[in-house]
Amino acid sequence: MNYEPFVISFKLAALTAFILFCIALPLSWYLSQTKSRIKPFLEALTALPIVLPPSVLGFYLLWALSYNSPIGHFFEETFGVKLVFSFTGLVVASCFYSLPFMVQPLQNGFESINKNMLEASYIAGKSKLQTIFFVALPNMKPAVLTALIVTFAHTVGEFGVVLMVGGSIPGETKVASVAIYEMVENMDYTAAHIYSAIMVGLSFVVLLSVYIFNARQNRRFGL
Amino acid sequence: MIELAINKMLHGAQGAMPLHVNLNIEEGEFVALSGKSGSGKTTLLRILAGLEEAEGEIKVDNKFWLKNTKSLPVQKREIGFVFQDYALFENMSVEKNLLFVSNDKALAEKLLELTELTELKNRYPNSLSGGQKQRVSICRALMKRPKILLLDEPLSALDPAMRTTLQNELLMLHKEFGTTTIMVSHDPSEIYRLANRVIVLQNGQIINDGSPKEILLKTQGSQKFSFEGELLEIKKIDVIYIATVAIGQQLVEVVISSKEAKNLQIGQSIRLSTKAFTPIVTQN
Repeated sequence: MNYEPFVISFKLAALTAFILFCIALPLSWYLSQTKSRIKPFLEALTALPIVLPPSVLGFYLLWALSYNSPIGHFFEETFGVKLVFSFTGLVVASCFYSLPFMVQPLQNGFESINKNMLEASYIAGKSKLQTIFFVALPNMKPAVLTALIVTFAHTVGEFGVVLMVGGSIPGETKVASVAIYEMVENMDYTAAHIYSAIMVGLSFVVLLSVYIFNARQNRRFGL
Repeated sequence: MIELAINKMLHGAQGAMPLHVNLNIEEGEFVALSGKSGSGKTTLLRILAGLEEAEGEIKVDNKFWLKNTKSLPVQKREIGFVFQDYALFENMSVEKNLLFVSNDKALAEKLLELTELTELKNRYPNSLSGGQKQRVSICRALMKRPKILLLDEPLSALDPAMRTTLQNELLMLHKEFGTTTIMVSHDPSEIYRLANRVIVLQNGQIINDGSPKEILLKTQGSQKFSFEGELLEIKKIDVIYIATVAIGQQLVEVVISSKEAKNLQIGQSIRLSTKAFTPIVTQN
């Protein structure tokens, strides 16, 4: 049995979750604090990947990241990085695909924090950055965990975008979901069963631990 | 010395209303801000703290905190702020809440001792009672050794007994730290006990400014009624005793006999009745 597709899936998901956390943190903070008129536009834009068919997203990404587009051209000429049919390209595509799953829980978390608590921190002389890291984030651990895990799980579960942008290069872009698809195509049902069962088991354990953690946190803070 | 001259449009429940306040406050004063809800009290406090924008000038000890559009950020203003809902940092212990503001262990210890919180210093906010939380919040506000302490209805969520205890502690801390204190309050007995000056706001304007006695006492006209009230003070003036009583939302002074004066205790709930054969009716 070759478990390499799982390794690629998890590597991709972990990297995507990490990168998205760094990108989504300032974005979700901004969205939670702003009263600007552009807020609904940004929110709608961020939520797009939830409603778009993965093929639409995959098509645009393929078009934007390929050597024929200015972006793909720039990356390949300047950094020598190929963004389609490569692992790097998969990471970039996953970051677009999973963005709402990171931004929305974090934004909800920031919005649930008592505004006076944040103001008390400013009055104590702390900057916005200090306030985010020492006051806001520690008081919304369930939201942070939910954002990280759901993003991770959602990336592991992606199929359409990965297939379009990454193809199915063994050891490079062939993730677990794509591998299962190919096994079914090749009528290798035994392998497909094993892979699928592993996916179901892992996903369940991950989600269960999130819910258990959140229930404990809520009990601790008396919510 | 605080010199304040500000303008701001407020958008409240009754539509747009200009907040227009010109005010000087001396160092060390204990000022009570009073007035109906929606009159702009809290906004005024927040403007002074730098939590809300406004036009005009704020000058504290000859240093501008606000001049036209140039505003000193909230982080740099030397203020302490106590919120009505305490707003403690839930993720930190009582002691950490204080040390987060300034890493001055000696001051934190002193404050906790003054407010009898030393035993609770390792507890987290969600395990404290309302009164304990507000004590922590007041201590936290003093950790920066602020020039100005701002309190937004700090005791309104507490029961009367706890309120009295905390009023005494507030007064003690105000004196101990020599801050200029500005407190939003609706409670006449609280204002009478703590403040040396009352400012009454209505629709964004100051309509009254003076000592609590001048403003809160409404003894004109006598009533043939009986009232339940709280005895605040008994004073002996020459041969008569004068009792100050809080009845509902107002304070009254009455002459009592020496025998009554001996039997009464400050803070006691009493019934006041008086006869009036020629009542005076005044329209509000």
